[in-house]
Amino acid sequence: MTLPPRFQDWFARQGWQPHPHQLALLEAQGDTLLIAPTGGGKTLAGFLPSLVDLAGGAHRGMHTLYVSPLKALTADIARNLARPVADLGLAIRIEDRTGDTRPAQRARQRVDPPDILLTTPESLALMLSYPEAPAIFGGLRRVVLDELHALTENKRGDQLMLGLARLRSLAPGLQVTGLSATVEDPQALAGFMGGARVLEADPGPAPDIAMLPTASPAPWAGGGGHHAIPEVLEQVRQANTTIIFINTRAQAELFFQALWAANDENLPIGLHHGSLAREARQRVEAAMAAGQLRAVVATGSLDLGIDWGAVDLVIQVGAPKNVKRLVQRIGRANHRYNAPSRARIVPANRFEVIECVAALEAVAERDLDGDPRGPGPLDVLCQHILLTACAGPFEADVLYAEVITAGPYRALSRADFDACLDFAATGGYALRAYDRWQRLMLRDGLWRLRDPRAARDLRMNIGTIVEAEMLKVRFRGRGGAPLGEVEEAFAASLEPGDTFLIGGQTVRYEGLREMVVEVTKQPTRKPKIAVFSGVKLATSTQLSHRVQALIGDPSRHHALPGNTRDWLALQAEVSALPRPGVLQSESFRHDGMWHFALYGFAGRNALQTLGLLMTRMMEEAGLGPLGFLSTDYALLIWSLDPVTDPAPLLDRAGLRAGLGDWLGSNAVMKRTFRTVATIAGLIQRNLPGLRKTGRQATFSSDILYDTLRKYDPDHLMLRITTDEARRGLVDFDRIEEMLDRSPRLDHRMLDRVSPLAAPLLLEVGRVPIAGQGRERLAEAEAAALMAEAGLA
Amino acid sequence: MTGYGFNFAGQRLEARASGALWWPDRRWLVVADLHLGKSERMARRGGALLPPYEVAATLDRLEAEIAALEPAAVISLGDGFDDDAAGRELPDGLCDRLHRLAEGRDWVWITGNHDPGAVPKRMPGRTLPELDAGITLRHEAGAGPDMSGHFHPCIRLAGQRRRCFLIGQDHLILPAFGAYTGGLIADHPALAALVPEGLAVACGARALAMPIGQRHRA
Repeated sequence: MTLPPRFQDWFARQGWQPHPHQLALLEAQGDTLLIAPTGGGKTLAGFLPSLVDLAGGAHRGMHTLYVSPLKALTADIARNLARPVADLGLAIRIEDRTGDTRPAQRARQRVDPPDILLTTPESLALMLSYPEAPAIFGGLRRVVLDELHALTENKRGDQLMLGLARLRSLAPGLQVTGLSATVEDPQALAGFMGGARVLEADPGPAPDIAMLPTASPAPWAGGGGHHAIPEVLEQVRQANTTIIFINTRAQAELFFQALWAANDENLPIGLHHGSLAREARQRVEAAMAAGQLRAVVATGSLDLGIDWGAVDLVIQVGAPKNVKRLVQRIGRANHRYNAPSRARIVPANRFEVIECVAALEAVAERDLDGDPRGPGPLDVLCQHILLTACAGPFEADVLYAEVITAGPYRALSRADFDACLDFAATGGYALRAYDRWQRLMLRDGLWRLRDPRAARDLRMNIGTIVEAEMLKVRFRGRGGAPLGEVEEAFAASLEPGDTFLIGGQTVRYEGLREMVVEVTKQPTRKPKIAVFSGVKLATSTQLSHRVQALIGDPSRHHALPGNTRDWLALQAEVSALPRPGVLQSESFRHDGMWHFALYGFAGRNALQTLGLLMTRMMEEAGLGPLGFLSTDYALLIWSLDPVTDPAPLLDRAGLRAGLGDWLGSNAVMKRTFRTVATIAGLIQRNLPGLRKTGRQATFSSDILYDTLRKYDPDHLMLRITTDEARRGLVDFDRIEEMLDRSPRLDHRMLDRVSPLAAPLLLEVGRVPIAGQGRERLAEAEAAALMAEAGLA
Repeated sequence: MTGYGFNFAGQRLEARASGALWWPDRRWLVVADLHLGKSERMARRGGALLPPYEVAATLDRLEAEIAALEPAAVISLGDGFDDDAAGRELPDGLCDRLHRLAEGRDWVWITGNHDPGAVPKRMPGRTLPELDAGITLRHEAGAGPDMSGHFHPCIRLAGQRRRCFLIGQDHLILPAFGAYTGGLIADHPALAALVPEGLAVACGARALAMPIGQRHRA
């Protein structure tokens, strides 16, 4: 295919020249993966072949399906495509189909699909579950998968690839185009698509990226980055439009507030994060697109897509955590191809200074990080099987043959497939008490839903992102505007009168009514806390190794700012610097509890495993462990009694002995189980009417987990949970490697928090330990309350 | 000793760590909201296929209490079954087990909102709408003094959510004893209206009492 003259004319009228990769994609035969930096015209490249083909006017029915990870992106693309289509006078119908699409429109799309449909992985899964799916997709010619790198970060990508395998069966000869920002391993991504030719666009000039110098140094600890407010404001003043990325929603709220407190010129600055009400987010996006904002403070919710040509500066506040993501974020600045992107980094505390320096070195060396993906998860396959049954009867052999054409499931064994089919059909329980009520049944060699009405419930539970239960926040009184959402657990911790931050303002908690958090305005009081735990980014293994190398080698400390050097010097003075060959640890009292910090630099997952194993041994030793948290650098355990000698707790035989049962009843496993069980359809999250009653919270998935472990320990859901935990938590090898690497233990008893440990105390992601320590604490708390009330 | 002894409406009672109530003078063991057959009912109605072991899990715990206390009567304060059909559909083996537990003692099923009908003939015991023993034993709290279930009260203690008893002036509310049951936090308006102040006794490894209500909060 070549670019027809009317298209060439259109490009010329815009004053544009088609990029070489846009033309290459037009000519490409078969499936293609295009890797191009942000702003490289990827999306137009993906659509050009469809527009050219459709301009011929011969096609009937749906021609192209476009899938993006963001609902907002589909609307944005629909708008952007409308212009060339109108300019060229093409008779092409373009519609989007997401969770926001009106029911009437959805119903019409099922009988009369548009030429080009823009959708999300979840909406695609839903459409594929309709009996009309063969008619809707039978004539499909092309599929465009946008922001594919973002989709492969979680199970949404696996679900999408199963859907794609289905589409390939419904429309043989389908051509698939994947679009991705720069990634570390394009071939692996192509394999994920089920195989594709990789087309790499010119990566463009190296970015202009540096630390933002600040008058006051980064604080010892904390994640706010508030010390840099004057400099950030100055940068905003000098740029046209700035995106200020902050890692968590809570920090974004606080930073936004601090920025406005200093914003004497009233520069229009907006806030955008995933906990804000959709209306609020859309207002900010619209203002941004219209060029009305000078800056927006944002979390990962703005990482993707939306095309703002005017953005010419990105400021990253807080450690970047991941070199690849940093590079992709930088790319959002200067959406013009062939002009360097400009970005500044603001470390939020002195520990992060080290990480920022290490990340800048990695960017300069174009050394991207990333972990290889494991095989396609079975919980997603269980959901896919149930949804396939919603569309109509199927033959097990045929479905298996189709599933293994999906990239992530290429190596799926027939036994695993059958186990998933069995789970979908019967619940997979050892005790076959359920034959009468099984969900799927086999008749004439075909699997089908026993009760077709079950399709409704199954469709309501589509998707692979399992969020914490969220509650809406509104001002008290009639017609109170929605302010956003908070996690149910956070709401449960509030007492009337407590204040917290949401949407950039401080509000006072009044009470919970009909599952809505009611608040009143409280403009002057200092907030108790900002609300959300937010998405916790893990620092990549590669980056933590770079950080370790930097800390452990004082001869390289000259690359660090003066105050960071001072900080490390202070650490060396009051405790010791982690050095190569030495496993450094500290014990100190803080907040009424003993804390044990171990600097392992083995990555968050390995240290989490170590945390589970060490707390188990501490429980046996009667030290009363209460919980732990792991970062990529360190493990922090708090307990009632101190660790005075870590050697017995790091004993290999002892640690290995714990491996047998560490998968037991710990919070990490239960969290994993909840996700797995929800995706696989064991737990239904959207039972109609259930949440409305507000009478009792649904029984906890922890109870299901404990019950299965006791009565049916070989159940498929437990196997998936274990596999996932092993993969996610990293197997024992990484811990042994850490012990090999650092054979000498150096433990210090301190009379205060050490400089290196201070940031750990502020980390989120704490894992509670349910044991004697927790029981002692509960007893003490109850006794104190009784005494306070004069009842003891 | 894993229970917490207290006085309510002139009677000496004990809140067991398991979530059951022990009335020593009468030798009564009282439990609320067993919800037997919940997984079966969910599956029957086309919902999730929950692990079908919750009846066994609940009966394991009930059996341990019966073995420890040798009660003269076991009284279920309503919602003993997740619905009326659940009693009919209970597998024979589990039904036999209930008969063994009930042998030699009075067994009373008080009706609840989930199981308003009489228990089927195949079950041990008798069905009553409520039972007056000076204190009224019923499913949902009414005119006090009474002891009831229905709300599945829970409380937060040392960062964990635990099932709990609520002990007020007029009402004693038991936690749900059944395995697959959710809970309502004790300061929910529905519960705070019944027990504005008094004691909560958290279940778990040990029964732990703590004050609740306005006086403490102020």
